[in-house]
Amino acid sequence: MLRYIARRLLLLIPVILGVALITFTMLYFSPGDPAQMTLGEQAGAEQLEQFRELHGLNDGFFVRFFNYVKNAVLHQDLGLSYRNRQSVFAEVALRFPTTLKLAGLGVLVAVAMGIPIGIISATKQYSLFDSISMIFALVGVSMPNFWQGMLMIIFFSVYLGWFPPSGFTNFNQMVLPSLTIGTSTAAIITRMTRSSMLEVIRQDYIRTARAKGQKESKVITKHALGNAMIPIVTVIGLQFGYLLGGAVLTESIFAIPGVGRLMVDAIKMKDFPIVQGGVLFIAVTFSLVNLIVDILYAFLDPRVRSQYR
Amino acid sequence: MAKNVATASASAPVVADKKRNQWKEVWRRLKQNKMAMLGLGILVFMVIIALSADLLFPKGFDDQMISRRFQLPNSEYWFGTDNLGRGILDRMVHGARVSLSIGLFAVTISIVFGGLLGAMAGFYGGKVDNIIMRSLDVLLAIPSILLAISIVSALGGGLFNVMLAVGISSIPGYARIVRASVITLKGQEFIEAARAIGASDKRIILRHIIPNALAPIIVQGTLGVAGAILSAAGLSFIGLGLAPPNPEWGAMLSGGRQFIRDHWPMTLFPGLAIMITIFALNLLGDGLRDALDPKLRN
Repeated sequence: MLRYIARRLLLLIPVILGVALITFTMLYFSPGDPAQMTLGEQAGAEQLEQFRELHGLNDGFFVRFFNYVKNAVLHQDLGLSYRNRQSVFAEVALRFPTTLKLAGLGVLVAVAMGIPIGIISATKQYSLFDSISMIFALVGVSMPNFWQGMLMIIFFSVYLGWFPPSGFTNFNQMVLPSLTIGTSTAAIITRMTRSSMLEVIRQDYIRTARAKGQKESKVITKHALGNAMIPIVTVIGLQFGYLLGGAVLTESIFAIPGVGRLMVDAIKMKDFPIVQGGVLFIAVTFSLVNLIVDILYAFLDPRVRSQYR
Repeated sequence: MAKNVATASASAPVVADKKRNQWKEVWRRLKQNKMAMLGLGILVFMVIIALSADLLFPKGFDDQMISRRFQLPNSEYWFGTDNLGRGILDRMVHGARVSLSIGLFAVTISIVFGGLLGAMAGFYGGKVDNIIMRSLDVLLAIPSILLAISIVSALGGGLFNVMLAVGISSIPGYARIVRASVITLKGQEFIEAARAIGASDKRIILRHIIPNALAPIIVQGTLGVAGAILSAAGLSFIGLGLAPPNPEWGAMLSGGRQFIRDHWPMTLFPGLAIMITIFALNLLGDGLRDALDPKLRN
């Protein structure tokens, strides 16, 4: 198992280098001169030259990319922000916990809603509860989360005054953003749990468990859920990445100072080092989450575990 | 079951006939699914309205008049007016053209490129497979909305760039699906037979593999249009997609943000349009999945 984890971690290196190369290339070839755009029309030739020197813009593509990777690996240095000359690493790292917390709360909301509803729907297939929750799940998947956030602000902040419409420091401020970011994932997990449970419930060993007189609640939680969880865990892992991306929109609606908002502001000001840094942070996290999901498999599925010996 | 065998043997001599029957059969099964037909109905309705927008809503999407701004829904402006006095319904209908075409074109881009890459990877295997799939793994490591955001930030906004960004960002998903079905197909006897009579790789891919790998792509494509519309709306919402006065639904929502406290119609209706469209596409996609699933036949 340890060997498997080590190998997967090694395989992460080319993926992350690839992500760095892609973002670097895209922004390298994007039209416009960063020096001119940051300093403005009236900047003198000397100022422009100084700016290019500071950010290493005078070198060729490969030299710049090589330096970027070298500094990133050796000094955790992702360059300086064009706008305020702060370290990109520090700027992104400062806001990253907020984004992670937002996405994490989203997953929590989604799991807390999705799995129980999915299980009940599956055990009471075609009941009223099942139909209603499936319609809600479809609506949840179809609703753009930024729109849902806006509606919740109108209803819960402006109309009822229960929760503040912005910020992310205390519990009250976290309620609306977490619901906003978690709803569509909750819907997806509900559907996945239901279909996965339905498939498992029809297996012979469930009938055996029932036949030997096992309590129904125990059949569901112990025998069925264990096996039904495997595809659900995959979906949760993939959704986590989706939520890290979705955080960009949610942060923008609720004025949450996370990486997403930092990146959107940076894009508008053509502050490319920040955009690169943000994408890199999120891609690394997403890859690590996927790795964790694969390891979790082994705990959930003894068949997989035996393969990694 | 007996009936199936009979139709299969009756149409076996004529390949084209059999193929037509296959799609007829899918359509028959789809028609039985009420929810899928509801979705299809909503979509057809939306496409018709979008195509005849100029006839039905001749005011256009940018008919400003400050004196009639911020109207609540009334008999003349069913969904009210916005901050510049433009009818929200007028803008939504014209926006349907933009949003629907973004969804369609973006998915076309992802299907064509993702499909080709996936087919090549699955068909040739070995090194080609490795190079293509490892490169796509890199793209998969970036959440797709974030990838779309980075592409738009490099290329700039605008209709074409948004389509391109949204399209490119979902290429890896399609490539994976196509690759998986190509690998399954590759081992089957009819491919071997085609090879035995001397068909070229190109012919085998285009005539034999792609038509047979179509089912999962159709399902994914239908759901993908929904995803593309959502992503494009998200991009416009944070100000990176289509700029005003463009009536794209996400851009309309973005415009309504400032007035969220005072004028709810600007927030409610454009979002409702997005939701209903996505809802309809999801219904249809789910229905198609069931109709195309050979396990559920009969």
